Amino acid sequence: MDVRLSPEQVTLRDAARQVVDRLCPQAVAQLDDAERAAKLDAAVEASGWLELRTATDDGSPWATGVEVAVVAEELGRGLADTAFLGPTMAADLRRLAGAPPASTSETIALSADLSEPAVALGGALGRGAVALDAHAATSALVLLPEGDGYAIGAIALGSTTTSVDLTRPVASCPPGAMVSPLEGGARPLGTDDIARWRSLGLAVTSADLVGVMRGVVTISCDYARSRRQYGAAIGSFQAVQHLLADAYVAAEGSASIALHAAWAVDALDGPDALAAASAAKAYCARAARSVCETAIQVHGGIGNTWECLAHVFLRRALLSSEVLGGVGPNLARVLATHGIGGDDGLR
Amino acid sequence: MDFGDSPEELAFRLRLREWLSHNNPGLPPSSTSDEYWAGQAAWHQTLYDAGFFGLSWPKGVGGHELPSVYEVILDEEIIAAGAPPRPSVGYLVQGLLAHGNEDVQRRFLPGLVSGRDRWCQGFSEPDAGSDLASLRTQAVPEGSEYVVTGHKVWTSYSDAADWCLVLARTDPNVPKHRGISAFIIPMGQDAIEQRPIRMINGITREFGEVIFDGARVDAANMVGEPGEGWRLAMTVVSHEREPGELGYVARYGKLVNELVHVVEEWPDEHGPEQRRDLAWALIEAEMLRCHVSRRLSDRLDGLSHGPEGSVDKLLMTSVEQAVGHAALSIGGAAPTEGDDTWLKVYLYSRAQSVMGGTSQIQRNLIASRILELPTS
Repeated sequence: MDVRLSPEQVTLRDAARQVVDRLCPQAVAQLDDAERAAKLDAAVEASGWLELRTATDDGSPWATGVEVAVVAEELGRGLADTAFLGPTMAADLRRLAGAPPASTSETIALSADLSEPAVALGGALGRGAVALDAHAATSALVLLPEGDGYAIGAIALGSTTTSVDLTRPVASCPPGAMVSPLEGGARPLGTDDIARWRSLGLAVTSADLVGVMRGVVTISCDYARSRRQYGAAIGSFQAVQHLLADAYVAAEGSASIALHAAWAVDALDGPDALAAASAAKAYCARAARSVCETAIQVHGGIGNTWECLAHVFLRRALLSSEVLGGVGPNLARVLATHGIGGDDGLR
Repeated sequence: MDFGDSPEELAFRLRLREWLSHNNPGLPPSSTSDEYWAGQAAWHQTLYDAGFFGLSWPKGVGGHELPSVYEVILDEEIIAAGAPPRPSVGYLVQGLLAHGNEDVQRRFLPGLVSGRDRWCQGFSEPDAGSDLASLRTQAVPEGSEYVVTGHKVWTSYSDAADWCLVLARTDPNVPKHRGISAFIIPMGQDAIEQRPIRMINGITREFGEVIFDGARVDAANMVGEPGEGWRLAMTVVSHEREPGELGYVARYGKLVNELVHVVEEWPDEHGPEQRRDLAWALIEAEMLRCHVSRRLSDRLDGLSHGPEGSVDKLLMTSVEQAVGHAALSIGGAAPTEGDDTWLKVYLYSRAQSVMGGTSQIQRNLIASRILELPTS
């Protein structure tokens, strides 16, 4: 056992950190800077990070869940308004089905509440779905039940709608949207494939939440050092210090369990990987909301205004938390893993 | 980046697993019963004799000089076997290793590591709790000895201890942090009185108070130089804050597994609220296992102890108290069948945010030393 990042993983993290520090929004107004956002998209595109889960010759991914998580954490920390989660999940789905990589920008669609993969029967979506990371994508993948498993289908995407997350727009896919089976899928996806794919999604969003927490703790400490009241920096007051210390600790615990989930994606069997990911996601989702709420509190009145980045972190956390299930569904999965789940989740 | 075993680690794990399957003494949880404390010394020696204790410590003191991550393997296998956690003496070992001279290490560490000698730690006093440096116990030189007078409290295992690592003031004329020295005092003398303290869950064998009324200690039993006591105390408490040093991953893992069995056995009596509490306890315990793996891996670069121990202490506390809440939820606040084990686990869990430095002290340390927030 040695859970330190390898030298290559450290290099990857540093590269992502550089892009984030150079091109991510440093203030809310910069979210509207299209030129900056385009540069960020181009840098991510050129980096090869969107291909981490495409297949090598033997069908295994180019990079493990750990590399994906390393990048995701940095993007979360910097509030990267670029597509990563959606294209990565789409690439992994294609890989698992033995389908060739997408020729155009692609993402995935989830159920309307984001907690489950979108499933289509008979060539059209039965229920409305939501495509993630939709601002750059032209199509979104959905699951098509086939025998005991699933094939993959694609939906063409129209215009994006704003979501709770100001950094990652979504597109709604209405009921009845046409689904075309994916060309070149070599095999149906089995239970183990779906479990592994879900575990990747939970691990990547957990890493994103860790990044969000680390980013928001940093801006909150900076603010507490500079904002003065009663003739002193508010960061010198114990009441404020303890809020920030708790937020820091929550981020560190989250980082540890999220790292394990990222490793488990490729190192363990599908069900065990999913168990690790569910525990991590529940922990990180609970922690992230609390940490972002603390950040707003520490920023005081300013923290409740649109111009303060704290709510951008909170909003990103709310979206990442719900993707493939937030606290509730993952608590239910943890119980089921231990053989004490009820028929309807928490009974 | 690998949470999995190397071939050597796997071989060790399998050997340990086989051994545990024949040697589990089946003690009750440490926090609920005096029976545990009575059996703990024997368990310590059994583990040591089989070569499964002090895995990462120097061979010269009875350790095995294995990479620190082996401690996680030990904890994981103890959980899987439902065996008692390993005894928590690592913080004393680290204190003596860092500050004791060769003579002190040679005379005292082998007995401490093997479990042959029992130890306690005389730091806190009635008027020196969080403000430890204001301690008033005095050690006055007299010939080749020191004469120690004072009152120590919250002294774990004082009833069974052969030795006590005591902090005492040797120089009242310098600032309070600089006038403290550390001594290894033999407990078996008339000038030392030990009284058990009953904890809120009723156990009496863990905690005590100790009155030194002119107790004598050889000057050669001073650990470090005169005035080095505060630095030694900081070394000891920084390790005392670390779940990896304490073996607490196994403690919590064992408790949550037992709670899972309770729900499995009586599924109809445990509804959504109790299951939710248990799910959080399971997740918190899993978090700590991952966190300790991360910390101990970082140590592969060489031992380092900084303020991150305070982070670990707060995480460990949240686990213990989540497990306590699950125990309360599942065992019930008013058990009528006579078995109040889970109530005792819950009540004991409240101590975790106080012992080894309160949660408030840990937050102060994180704020100043990690977050670098200004002091008022």
